[in-house]
Amino acid sequence: MIRLNNIHKSYEMGNNSLHVLKGIDLHIEQGDFVSIMGSSGSGKSTLLNILGMLDNYDKGTYHLAGNLISNMSEKKAAQLRNDMVGFIFQSFNLISFKNAMENVALPLYYKGVPRKKRNLIAMEYLEKLGLKEWANHMPNEMSGGQKQRVAIARALISKPKIILADEPTGALDSATSYEVMDIMKDVNESGISVIIVTHEHDIAAMTNQIIRLKDGLIHEIIRNGELKQFKKEFIHGLEAAKIPSYV
Amino acid sequence: MFDIDLWSEIVSALKKNRMRSFMTAFGVFWGIFMLIIMSGAGKALENGILDGVRAFATNSAFFWTERTSVPYAGFQRGRRWNYENTDIQYLRENVKEIEYLSPRLFGWQQGGNNTIRGERNGAFNVYGDYPDYFKIDRWTPIKGRLINEIDILQERKVCNIGERVVELMFAKDENPIGQYLKVSGVYFQVVGVIHPETRINIGGGKKEETIIIPFSTMQTAYNYGNVVHFFSVTSQQGHKVSDLEEKLKKILKERHKIAPEDLQAIGSFNIEKEFVKFSALFLGIQVLTWIVGIGTLLAGVIGVSNIMLVIIKERTQEIGIQRAIGATPAVIVKHIVAESVFLTVMAGYVGLSLGVGVLEILNRILQAGGDSLFFRNPEVNLSMALSALGVLVISGIIAGLIPARRAISIKPIDAIRDEN
Repeated sequence: MIRLNNIHKSYEMGNNSLHVLKGIDLHIEQGDFVSIMGSSGSGKSTLLNILGMLDNYDKGTYHLAGNLISNMSEKKAAQLRNDMVGFIFQSFNLISFKNAMENVALPLYYKGVPRKKRNLIAMEYLEKLGLKEWANHMPNEMSGGQKQRVAIARALISKPKIILADEPTGALDSATSYEVMDIMKDVNESGISVIIVTHEHDIAAMTNQIIRLKDGLIHEIIRNGELKQFKKEFIHGLEAAKIPSYV
Repeated sequence: MFDIDLWSEIVSALKKNRMRSFMTAFGVFWGIFMLIIMSGAGKALENGILDGVRAFATNSAFFWTERTSVPYAGFQRGRRWNYENTDIQYLRENVKEIEYLSPRLFGWQQGGNNTIRGERNGAFNVYGDYPDYFKIDRWTPIKGRLINEIDILQERKVCNIGERVVELMFAKDENPIGQYLKVSGVYFQVVGVIHPETRINIGGGKKEETIIIPFSTMQTAYNYGNVVHFFSVTSQQGHKVSDLEEKLKKILKERHKIAPEDLQAIGSFNIEKEFVKFSALFLGIQVLTWIVGIGTLLAGVIGVSNIMLVIIKERTQEIGIQRAIGATPAVIVKHIVAESVFLTVMAGYVGLSLGVGVLEILNRILQAGGDSLFFRNPEVNLSMALSALGVLVISGIIAGLIPARRAISIKPIDAIRDEN
């Protein structure tokens, strides 16, 4: 699904060049549920942006579903994003003057789906996420958890192959965070690859594979047996939140 | 297709900052308003002046005599001379380019009041004219008739008088037709009250204070012999009156033994030349109007462009999100340009309407002021309004394109991260 080969990325900061990614090799299969962890400055957000075609890389190759992603025109990148990738952001990033339904329908608008049809589909997705009654509310009338659920619905509506979430729980309290993670799990179980950038261990512990970045390189990949150990270590966060049903 | 999302985005963006939208729109509004007002005022001046001369034959020229300035054929310089009846006959018979030719005598206002009727008297301009004169400088009879060929042939003592003459020489309820006026000692019967159709004035004084009598009568009654003071001609269609003017001058110089190189002896004037001057003047006014108007408009449009840059700066994040979820750069550009055009055209439309409204009010006021004003019918024609609208749309697009290019040059990721 996703195949990164020796990806390098640096940012120009005036006269200095900041080398953020120093050769990332990564392989993510269809249906994976992956979290990317790392301290701030380790390059996790940069990696996510490259995965989401929001940013270019300097060196290496990136194949997404068999397509080589490099130096694409903005138009092509936009179309590919629309078809393949759903984004979820830390700060929700809903359009403030559109109501929940219109926000969810927006990706279909860019695809040229007629208004009535896309609003109908948007309602379906809102219903799935339990927000049917909130369809006509503006973002500023909703709680953080509701907004993030709207954002998830928006990410899902274009039937993407991958969901990229940049700190999706960063602005939420832990109860709501687990709620959101539960939804992400459901999304993953429906066959969509989910990649989450986070620095919260308990959130990472809910995924099937943890990629730790350190100084622009993959430090370790925790999966299977090691993951169980990891989960044991950090599961107490979940217990502390006293929502056993989400474990 | 009407795109609800596009319009709701535009309206909400403009609503979010009403005051700013209003001030921005005001720049464009003011530009187009000024353009319309100035153009209308220029047109009014043109109408006012051209209305005063429209009825005048534009293919006409006028001739009078001056003292000679070059000695020639035994005559010294400084000689006084006159046209004669034979000249008129000769020109009519031999110059085919002439359409109408009308000789004139000036009866000067000797010693002030030259016209007496009972206890009333007044000083008026007295002219001896041919009926052809009314075809060159148009007058309409309000009462009675114009002087005609029979009056000329029979040397009838009849006259046409202007409205001011009626006012001064007759009581309010009196009918002047058939009454007599004593002009410089000779009685003339009033056969018509005439109204001038043009404000071009030959011979000075007010046109309403004119008494016109048959040319032949004047020559005989006042002992002018065969002297002609002045004559007007119009050229046949297809001939330039300027050429005719030169030709006639040449003939007249020959007939009166005046040096061909004497530039002073024959005074002349042709309307065609004046018309060209006027046309150039009005063209100049129109061009100036557009330059100033477009300049003002440009200032407004730059304001729009500037504010669009600010709006985009504010919405950087929003644009980033839109692009992250699949908006192509073309979609973003379309939205920004549409917003800019919308703002510009709405403001321009209001300016256009208000400008036309103000001109209409001005028109009403001017109409109440009568037709002696050199300023009338301020108007904007459709093509003017349409081209102004075209300028608005184009400038709106330009005003939007610059910020739009900037908007799409921002990477979506930078845009989303903007707040962090």
